[in-house]
Amino acid sequence: MSIGKLITVVKFRLRNPWLNISLLATLLFFYTPIVVLIVFSFNDSRRNIVWKGFTFKYYKKLLSNEMLLEAFVNSLTIALITTILSLLLGVLTAVLLWRFKFPLKPLYQGIIMVPVIVPEICIGIAFLIFFNWIGWPSDLIWPVSLAKIIFAHSLFCFPFVAIVIRARLIGLNGECEEAARDLGAKGWHIFRDIWVPHLKPSFIAGGLLAFTLSLDDFVITFFTSGPETITLPVKIYSMIRFSVTPEINAASTILIIVTIFSVGTAILLQKESLKKASAK
Amino acid sequence: MLSDGGNAQNEDNRKLFLLTFLPPTIWIVLFLLVPTVIIIVYSFSQKEGLINIQLTWVLDNYRRVADPLYLKIFMKSIYIAGITTFLCLVISFPVALSITKIQQNWRLTVLILLMLPFWINLLIRTYALIAVLRTRGVLNSGLEWFTNRLGIAFEPIPFLYNDAAIIIGLVYIHLPFMILPIYAGLEGFDETLKQAAEDLGSSTVQLYRYIVIPLIRPSVIAGCMLVFIPALGSYLTPELLGGTDGQLIANVIERQFKRANDWPFGAALSMVLIYLTCGAITAWLVILKRKKILAEKS
Repeated sequence: MSIGKLITVVKFRLRNPWLNISLLATLLFFYTPIVVLIVFSFNDSRRNIVWKGFTFKYYKKLLSNEMLLEAFVNSLTIALITTILSLLLGVLTAVLLWRFKFPLKPLYQGIIMVPVIVPEICIGIAFLIFFNWIGWPSDLIWPVSLAKIIFAHSLFCFPFVAIVIRARLIGLNGECEEAARDLGAKGWHIFRDIWVPHLKPSFIAGGLLAFTLSLDDFVITFFTSGPETITLPVKIYSMIRFSVTPEINAASTILIIVTIFSVGTAILLQKESLKKASAK
Repeated sequence: MLSDGGNAQNEDNRKLFLLTFLPPTIWIVLFLLVPTVIIIVYSFSQKEGLINIQLTWVLDNYRRVADPLYLKIFMKSIYIAGITTFLCLVISFPVALSITKIQQNWRLTVLILLMLPFWINLLIRTYALIAVLRTRGVLNSGLEWFTNRLGIAFEPIPFLYNDAAIIIGLVYIHLPFMILPIYAGLEGFDETLKQAAEDLGSSTVQLYRYIVIPLIRPSVIAGCMLVFIPALGSYLTPELLGGTDGQLIANVIERQFKRANDWPFGAALSMVLIYLTCGAITAWLVILKRKKILAEKS
């Protein structure tokens, strides 16, 4: 930043102090609790909020906590399978809404978005009643036992994926497809050689969003899952109900890092594809 | 040849339509519509014994919702969601305005910083707030340090476990939903309008009253919906930050399913919450449509 620019910025700040104070205060409001949480996961003291020295011991403790590790593995497995399912459903929905006109399309679009709008607790209860009503067995072996939660997560994740992919489909060059058709390409080839390369950034961005949403969900999982399956947020919740301890801070910090990493990648990819699109 | 190619493409199109239409539709029907129908059926049923539920088409559950005890909780939920929305609006306006004045190369960074908390787990953010607000938390310790410096005796302030804590928590979680739409509205604002108004001698207050606010009204309404609807149905925040009487609708619903074990009544409460949500969305759409008609007429 040049000195001249800097002076204009400073001048502006001095003229409108309340505006910038409100922005800074909001950022402070957002980040103080999160930073405090992360910092105190390294604090060598159980009760005091006074800094007693740096330690990794709560992270080491997490590694020996088998319940927590199991919950973490469950969460990651659920998030991965949910991502794949949501990508499949999302890409189909996006193509359907982009390509075709059909009767009652606005209503259809509205219904697809319902899982995103309706309060989480209602979705959770709907799944609780539904699985109870069809008599879903509760003694399934490990990966299959996660199916209930995966169904629930993909229901509210795939609309987000559909939105991201549809936004990208609008920029698809129709002429390429026509040219390919003239040259004798059939449906699958067109999909593989024209659509997939164009849509790739939105697949990754949409997938990462679905992954994060699934990893973060507490309320819907809390109602859908039986007592036999624990995910990381559900485990953290039961720990919070019990007491405030540095172990929770450590587990939370790990989840925050995973989230920031996947969201950051999604943002970078979106930005890059936007840059490329504008460069063209 | 040409018509033949057209037929093949039609055939392709029909296949593609079925391929893209069926899976999402089956998913939505199976996991959204069927469960909703089951909730509706449950809400007209009665509990018999401990676990049996009998469909009797009675209105008893809905009659119980109208009981003053539950009506009061519904009113309280609407009231708390309303205050949350109002506070978010008051905070978001200056924040969104100051983002528009930031230089372009910094703006994206600030926007990402404002968006990021939204992606961090709701539970973790609520827990982080507890650590700041509790009796021996960061805020009270900071205040204690400060008052000790001034030589005043300090009593920790009970920030947590009351309605104010619920509102702080809800504002903390939903603020980005208000800031971003308002920012988007202000961003599209035509600077020449401002200049024209100033040339005609309008004051800053008049500028905002007659030009800026009417123009960004749709984004303000969108932001209000995005805050009000999730705040109305929030479960975790009142559960963790509220006091013993801090129950909102969602907590009462949860109690019917987990502790009280009265599923039909819980189903009726959920349906009323869904109706309230749909009512809010319909009101929003009606306002938007009327604005559009008015805009077209003028």
